[in-house]
Amino acid sequence: MNFDFSDEQKQLRDSARRFLEKQSPVAVVRRVLEGDEGYDKELWKGLAEMGFTGAAIPEEFGGAGLGHLELCVIAEELGRSLAPTPFSSSIYLAAEFLMAAGSEEQKAKYLPKLASGEWIGTFAFAEGVGEVTPDRIASGASQGKLSGTKVPVPDGEIADFAVVAANTGGSGVRSVSLFLVDLSGAGVTRTPVKTIDPSRKHARIAFDGAAAEPLGAAGEGWSILTNVLDRAAVLTAFEQVGGSDRALEMARDYALERIAFGRQIGSFQAIKHILADMYVSATLARSNCYWGAYALSTGSAELPEAAATARVSATQAFQHCSTNNIQVHGGMGFTWQFDCHLYYKRSNLLALNLGSLSQWENKLIERMRAGNSAKDAA
Amino acid sequence: MNFDDTPQEAAFRAEAKSWIAANAPKALEPELKTSGFGGLYLGSVDPMQAAKAWQKKKAAAGWACLHWPKDYGGRGASPIERVIWGQEEGLYAKLSAPFTIGHGMCGPTVMAFASEDQKRERLPPLASGEEIWCQLFSEPAAGSDLAGLRTRAEKDGDDWVVNGQKIWTSGAQHSDWGLLLTRTDPSVAKHKGLTMFFLNMRSPGVEVRPIRQMNDQRTFNEVFFENVRIPDAQRLGAVGQGWQVSLTTLMNERLSIGSGMPTGFPDLFELACQLETPDGPAVDDPAVRAKLADWAVKASGLRFTAFRALSALSKGETPGPENSIGKLVAGSMMQDIAKFALDLEGHAGLLTDPDDAPALAKFQTMLLRSPATRIEGGSDEILRNIIAERVLGLPPDIRVDKDVAFNAIPTGGR
Repeated sequence: MNFDFSDEQKQLRDSARRFLEKQSPVAVVRRVLEGDEGYDKELWKGLAEMGFTGAAIPEEFGGAGLGHLELCVIAEELGRSLAPTPFSSSIYLAAEFLMAAGSEEQKAKYLPKLASGEWIGTFAFAEGVGEVTPDRIASGASQGKLSGTKVPVPDGEIADFAVVAANTGGSGVRSVSLFLVDLSGAGVTRTPVKTIDPSRKHARIAFDGAAAEPLGAAGEGWSILTNVLDRAAVLTAFEQVGGSDRALEMARDYALERIAFGRQIGSFQAIKHILADMYVSATLARSNCYWGAYALSTGSAELPEAAATARVSATQAFQHCSTNNIQVHGGMGFTWQFDCHLYYKRSNLLALNLGSLSQWENKLIERMRAGNSAKDAA
Repeated sequence: MNFDDTPQEAAFRAEAKSWIAANAPKALEPELKTSGFGGLYLGSVDPMQAAKAWQKKKAAAGWACLHWPKDYGGRGASPIERVIWGQEEGLYAKLSAPFTIGHGMCGPTVMAFASEDQKRERLPPLASGEEIWCQLFSEPAAGSDLAGLRTRAEKDGDDWVVNGQKIWTSGAQHSDWGLLLTRTDPSVAKHKGLTMFFLNMRSPGVEVRPIRQMNDQRTFNEVFFENVRIPDAQRLGAVGQGWQVSLTTLMNERLSIGSGMPTGFPDLFELACQLETPDGPAVDDPAVRAKLADWAVKASGLRFTAFRALSALSKGETPGPENSIGKLVAGSMMQDIAKFALDLEGHAGLLTDPDDAPALAKFQTMLLRSPATRIEGGSDEILRNIIAERVLGLPPDIRVDKDVAFNAIPTGGR
């Protein structure tokens, strides 16, 4: 059994960590948080130069052709450093959509630009309150024109193009198709929206007869996006695990440094037990993420269950660790000056941006039932 | 990243599998399936006889205490081979319950500290299940604070004379030998005045009294010592070094990975899928789903955490500290799952006879056993302290009794 990353993958993690510690310190995160610029351009350029954006994109399409285990390792470091870039929109979503459903022409057109970071892509999915279901997608497309409003769209203001889920007639899962839309073209209006984590910008995008090119077969949209969301869920779970570990370290360091009642607060069991529980949830999430990484990288039939497991576990862990990081810091953890809130905000953004925790819990149980009946039948 | 055996591991697995297929007591399989949660219960045969018979058979063929040297009744197998054996033994591993403490904790301590003659004499019958061992550590006034124990051993010629009381001794009523931690010098600080021995449980002056537990079973015992004589040759480690010796014992407990603590989750999932409510199966209720999902990711997290530790073993490395979370997570999970399952069962949840209660009363059994799981072998709180101090590097508790002579520590009148 070798349920671990290889030495080469661990070296990649180390080099990603060194790079991000230098290029994405908290000052950079705060600059994006407080500014109007949608992301840190220098950092984004650096991530592309390091080959991180193209890690899982095949060499024939301008990528490094490494694989998804390598992308998982990079994702963990991005989560740890809170890197304020459109990496998740462009790579976990847009590039994965193209690799899953793009024609050869589409792959040749888009993937090299995504790998090089020259273009930014995103996925325009949600339209209103509550879980996105096929029947709640009101945006429609016909004869190459797409209309409707999507909100919130991650990196919607800065993206060059979006994969858009739209209704192409009828109801149910077969009513949804996917389209590639140039966001700088006519019939596209973009407005920034405020979110719980301003270090990751989102927008409202109104489409009014925008030119739309089909991605994948008509009526296959829901099935494709379900698969891509599973893939993105594993990668995002690694970001969440990276963030959990960092929040735990911050809390541990503060517990060692802060003196109250004449002793380090980390010597009180009330504090120790909070930190031990943070370690437990971060460890469970990491182990579940390894399963997700295995399923993602091998194309295993376990992916739907593994992805939902990693997603639920890592969402819980990051929220738990970022919440208790503030608690251990006491009042100072509530200030703008301390960094605790950056992790708290990111953890709550990531808990929602691929669908909420309860939706993924629901998916997990559905999939476990399906898996069990498959096993019973076998 | 994969779950595959190396070629050597695969060969070993195949050998173990075929031996088990040819030799396991298959008639017991249905009863072993329903037996669990805190003891071995077989209706048709005496559980101890069944356990001893299987252990003897394994030992004769070289499948007992696999990681022990051959000279001491083992196989000289690697740690990963021991785990593979455990996976293949599966259900039949439940028959090893009476030997767990002897094999997992007493044996390794004897191996580390006894004389060569003693090892050759005592370890093979322990490996083969002919002799059962218990661990005499906890006392009425020394549970989590083990080093506060008071059972006295005083030197008298070539012997030591022991007086005092132990408690929570699992399996003492069946044991032939015991590993005994005593206080030999009350005038020094509490960790410094301890000494370890092993003794014959049939020695004059040893009295075992089973404790009636809240689940109406009697697996734990009190053990009383009245002028019990132990030869000095049965001392393990130097006089005053008992604490260090006990750490060897406890470290072995933590290294015995791969067995996997039961959580009750697969049983609960099955119940939720099968149990019909007026609105369909319980599993379709969103409130039930949220809870199931929460436990599902914990159970899965424990499983894959164990796989990470196995991967380290497979590469010949020492597993990291992540395995220390197992009992902490599984213990309270089992208790919560039991309560939730009874809730789903409604009025029938209060029935305890397997013939009346749903799911052969397994959740009722679990409910009444699980409080012990959260206490034995390190309480939840002690485990959190261990994670905080040894894994996260937080400072130890301020110990007011640390540098005080043991006999000067306040006792609260006890």
